[in-house]
Amino acid sequence: MELPPSLSHAGRAAALAAGCVCYRRGSPGRGLALRAVRRARRQDVDGVGHKYHLELVLEDVLDKDSTVNCTAEVLYHLGKKTIAPDVEFTIEGELKNTDEADNAFYNQIKSLEKELVAENIPDSHGNVSPEMEPIHLLAWVASGYVMWQNSTENTKFQLAQIKHVKQVKRSDEYLEFDYMILLHEIVSQEIIPWQMTVLWHPQRGVQVTQDSRQPKHAAE
Amino acid sequence: DQVLHIVPETFQQVQHLQHLCSTLLLDLWKPLLPEDIWVGEDLHIRVPAALVQEVKDSLDQPTVPYKVLIPDVQELVDQSMPRETSSHRQVPEGYVYTQYHPMEEIYQWMTQIQKNNNELVTQHYLGKTIENRTIYYLQISQPSDKTKKIIWMDCGIHAREWISPAFCQWFVKEILQNYKSDPKISRFLQNLDLYVLPVLNIDGYIYSWEKERLWRKNRSPHMNGTCYGTDLNRNFNSSWDSIGVSYNCSSETFCGSGPESEPETRAVAQFIDKKKSDILCYLTIHSYGQYILTPYGSTTKPPSNSEQLMHVTEKAAAALMGKYGTSYEVGSTSLILYSNSGSSRDWAHMIGIPFSYTFELRDNGTHGFVLPPQQIQPTCEETM
Repeated sequence: MELPPSLSHAGRAAALAAGCVCYRRGSPGRGLALRAVRRARRQDVDGVGHKYHLELVLEDVLDKDSTVNCTAEVLYHLGKKTIAPDVEFTIEGELKNTDEADNAFYNQIKSLEKELVAENIPDSHGNVSPEMEPIHLLAWVASGYVMWQNSTENTKFQLAQIKHVKQVKRSDEYLEFDYMILLHEIVSQEIIPWQMTVLWHPQRGVQVTQDSRQPKHAAE
Repeated sequence: DQVLHIVPETFQQVQHLQHLCSTLLLDLWKPLLPEDIWVGEDLHIRVPAALVQEVKDSLDQPTVPYKVLIPDVQELVDQSMPRETSSHRQVPEGYVYTQYHPMEEIYQWMTQIQKNNNELVTQHYLGKTIENRTIYYLQISQPSDKTKKIIWMDCGIHAREWISPAFCQWFVKEILQNYKSDPKISRFLQNLDLYVLPVLNIDGYIYSWEKERLWRKNRSPHMNGTCYGTDLNRNFNSSWDSIGVSYNCSSETFCGSGPESEPETRAVAQFIDKKKSDILCYLTIHSYGQYILTPYGSTTKPPSNSEQLMHVTEKAAAALMGKYGTSYEVGSTSLILYSNSGSSRDWAHMIGIPFSYTFELRDNGTHGFVLPPQQIQPTCEETM
């Protein structure tokens, strides 16, 4: 059965899809955000769940004029709250190549004598220093995974702030960062601290290897 | 004057630089003393304009690599000083509207604004917060013998939405700077009075500056002081407590112990209720999301004048988009966002104020509540 979904539900599915796309295609040089929902259609699949068919416009966080169209399907599984929604997507056209920026960041971190540590990105006034922008974007990309894995039809997440980030030394070629982030859940208006361990390599993409929701005042 | 950045590569270079600094009495910015100049460490020297060439020549033999960090020190100094406005001094000198201000400064700003514009602006007492701070609103009113309808706008119901009080301040500044020269604003003020409340949730706003940036509610204590804060925008008497709220104090949408249980809510509600027959429009400013929201949140049943409401909202969104291309979605909260009861906007409409809107300002989530100050100006200009 097909229904036009309410704007609020379409918005939630779209945010989820955008987070998933960002996770799969993002890097410290490229973050994607949802610009607009062109079209949305909801399909009730008997015995399975609710499937949203979406046409989205995504924008490059670093260059708002750069956008791509994307079609996505989000399937929320009925009843089984512990299973993450299924997301499939296709991006129309090419995303900007960020190899140069990614490699520069990779080399910069590799050459640090002491492991990187930072807090409050952005700061209270919304400022992110240029050196911290890739660290910020990496969290933005990785949080797409956390949001995707923990979303239901009644949630809509955004990354609010990085409370703390610490680089973890590795003997292999990957970079590893341990983040404590704050997620804003729009329906309940709650701010949820979340810990995530993020692996990245320019050719291998972003991976969240471990993540856990934290008690409300864990980040203070 | 120029500031040079040098990283000495050898001990000989260090000695050369130390000699140069002491003989020419150069102004060392980093480090502070010549004896602290080291190999491999950043050196920043300010060189007076008259000596720039001499110093650079000296650095070329033998070659000490340098970079010009600041090509013109005076220019930088001029830029960082508050500019003298040639226009009338209607707004406090040097008040930077493109930065976020703590509550102390906002209180001072209100006093100054009234002082500088006392033919038009009066500051009024509205009530007290739970922590006993005074809530003031500004009345912008052109003297006239006819009673005028009122437009009420409040900002800062939710502490973390810093762009909201920033907008209220900007709004007041714009009106006062332009009411004589802009025919639209001047006609506006001939027929309408503006009441602006820059920060309603003062305790929460201060808390978000000092303790927890993402705090939302007020600071009323519950459960013997083990839990704080009621969501003021769930505390109004509009289907209070029926949907989209929490009865748990530790939740962000805790609606309080009863409708209008909070002094901040009561302060606004009592005033608006008293003046309701004269109030044409109730506006409440929030962030983020880029929405213009109409009643209701508590039900999807449309309000009686929904066509009128939507017509105005759609025009507003179009005008907003015309400025910088920013797109705002319009519609009722219950359809666009989520269900919620007890909101100030719903209550205002329910008691008879025909035009009642919630603005959710920039952005779409990329920065969310922590909107960088560079976005204050464009956000305010387009919303204006």
